[in-house]
Amino acid sequence: MMTQTIVIDPVTRVEGHAKITIHLDDSGQVKDARFHVTEFRGFERFCEGRPLWEMPGLTSRICGICPVSHLLASAKAGDAILAVGIPPAAEKLRRLMNLAQMLQSHALSFFHLSAPDLLLGMESDPAKRNIFALIAAEPELVRSGIRLRQFGQEIIEQLGGKKIHPSWAVPGGVRSALSGAGRDSILARIPEAQATVLHALDRFKRLLSHVKGEAQVFGNFTSLFLGLVGANGNWEHYGGHIRIADGAGNIIADHLDPSQYREFIGEAVEPWSYLKFPYYRPLGYPDGMYRVGPLARLNICTRMGTPLAGSELREFREQGNGAVNSSFYYHYARLIEMLASVEGIERLLDDPDLRSRSESEEEPLLRAHAGINQLSGVGVSEAPRGTLFHEYHVDENGLVKSVNLIIATGQNNLAMNRTIAQIARHYVRSPRITEGMLNRVEAGIRAFDPCLSCSTHAGGMMSLHVILLDSAGRVLDERRRG
Amino acid sequence: MAAKTLTIDGRLVSAQSEQTVLDAAREAGISIPTLCHLEGVSEVGACRMCLVEITGCPKLEPACVTRVVEGMDVRTGSDRLHEYRRMIVELLFAERNHVCAVCVANNHCELQDLAADLGIDHVRYDYLFPLLPVDISHERFGIDHNRCVLCTRCVRVCDEIEGAHTWDVAGRGGNARVITDLNQPWGTAQSCTSCGKCVQACPTGAIFRQGSTVGEMERDRSQLEFIVTARKKKQWIV
Repeated sequence: MMTQTIVIDPVTRVEGHAKITIHLDDSGQVKDARFHVTEFRGFERFCEGRPLWEMPGLTSRICGICPVSHLLASAKAGDAILAVGIPPAAEKLRRLMNLAQMLQSHALSFFHLSAPDLLLGMESDPAKRNIFALIAAEPELVRSGIRLRQFGQEIIEQLGGKKIHPSWAVPGGVRSALSGAGRDSILARIPEAQATVLHALDRFKRLLSHVKGEAQVFGNFTSLFLGLVGANGNWEHYGGHIRIADGAGNIIADHLDPSQYREFIGEAVEPWSYLKFPYYRPLGYPDGMYRVGPLARLNICTRMGTPLAGSELREFREQGNGAVNSSFYYHYARLIEMLASVEGIERLLDDPDLRSRSESEEEPLLRAHAGINQLSGVGVSEAPRGTLFHEYHVDENGLVKSVNLIIATGQNNLAMNRTIAQIARHYVRSPRITEGMLNRVEAGIRAFDPCLSCSTHAGGMMSLHVILLDSAGRVLDERRRG
Repeated sequence: MAAKTLTIDGRLVSAQSEQTVLDAAREAGISIPTLCHLEGVSEVGACRMCLVEITGCPKLEPACVTRVVEGMDVRTGSDRLHEYRRMIVELLFAERNHVCAVCVANNHCELQDLAADLGIDHVRYDYLFPLLPVDISHERFGIDHNRCVLCTRCVRVCDEIEGAHTWDVAGRGGNARVITDLNQPWGTAQSCTSCGKCVQACPTGAIFRQGSTVGEMERDRSQLEFIVTARKKKQWIV
């Protein structure tokens, strides 16, 4: 029997364009599986030469799902280059928008993209395994999920003037405050949002006993976990420092300065994907594989910092021993983060630093003004899918000379490849390969909620060093580019 | 000052003899699109947006530099004119790198407004994607040549109102660029008084205040008119 390759192209219900290849050996057993990201963007290159102040607006265009993540990481890199501390109201408003973003993006992942697999079944009729069939089957659940996403988007609109790509966070702060009416309309919807998340969490937990098989093989392996935590180890999404834990839950690095990420994160390139492969430097490539995002954040934090999500975290941790290692539980972690986001939004709205315009005649200070005081800056925040790094180098006038972006999905690249290989080995059996088997492979990717538009932001002429060796290791030819 | 009577779009209009067709039309409430025209400075007839048809005249004439004539019969909005205007704006978009969504002048841009008014939803020509510089060496202002349409408003306000003549045009055809002093970085141009009139005059996002982010570049052209009126008529009308 010939070796065979099965191609799933495109991968559906993910954000962006990708394909999966599954390689079978002579006996029809799965030898390997690869996740290929097939889109190409080029942001790092065409941002060169632009004024620093345009960067949040430019880079937020990387993504329509999580523009706020790029907006904030970019504005923070700008803050670093201006070398300013931003006004307290501006930081809290940025936090508010990031939580809203977390909420809407997670709601999209869970209700729109993954709920059809989870609630209708991995092997259900593919023609009906989508949100429309789910609406027919569970109208109330889907309606509440869609409203939850809309709630997150509405907060973004209240703050930034529009739901997608608000040009609101800027180097030095934010452009506008939250109006009194805006605050009231957000507060009024908190109880409904909280009820929706709690209900979804309850549904998911009841489902757990039925999906033990998936939990066992959907990317169930030990790896490092990386993310931001607050000063006291609390779950964090905007500031704080980097913590890295291993698959047994041991903290192996803590209090890492996010702006020094190059010291502990390396980036490898493979010829078969436009997506780079970041790794933890001290362990090398590919052993330094780490995961970021909801699962990582819940594995590394000491506590959630909000009451309801805090008690859910304790229950969540019962799924693992030290750390929860199965990537299937990204869904679970995402639901808990939605709860933390709703609680965090409610808490922030009561913060006196958020003085809104209608309650006081004077506008709170929102924007620090400064010139170029540093020639480089790094901005780091937690995007829904994981830790996001923006690094800019500028000239003395503030024109961008170079850009490096490390995106959450990229950091999960090694783990996603390993996940689909694990699922394929378990479920895919030649010669009779069913659609349901392949859907499980796709569902393994969906657990990570990858954002491929974000992750292939890089481009331009990659600097490349190619060495052609003969079988004895002698250099036959050598070419350099870039 | 003799009065002239002419017909614009079928309407009888009277105008002073020194007035242009554009002045006469606007006074009569008839709109003709313009881009390089700016109240308070001289006309150059460069953009050709205000081309009109005149009965008996074999070619199209720019309304901004065409004086009214007794008995003139002008049409400002035929299908032919619409097509030419659309073509001009499409060519402007294709010539440089205009990206409205991330531009400092988004929603406050005369080029964008023209495109919307003309119903432009795509550009038929190949984009040239020239590699053009951004100069933010000036302490307060910046120029992005990617967004410049060479209307020369900056050149005229600087020369005619401020009297500094920091701005001028270098090069020809597709290589033409507005320059400061002897084609040197704006921040080193000694003639520049940093008055900001060019910032108020620019129709697109080409000249902007430093630190502007997407859509923040709003301009106040009435400042220019205020200065011109004050200087010429000794009337300080805010």
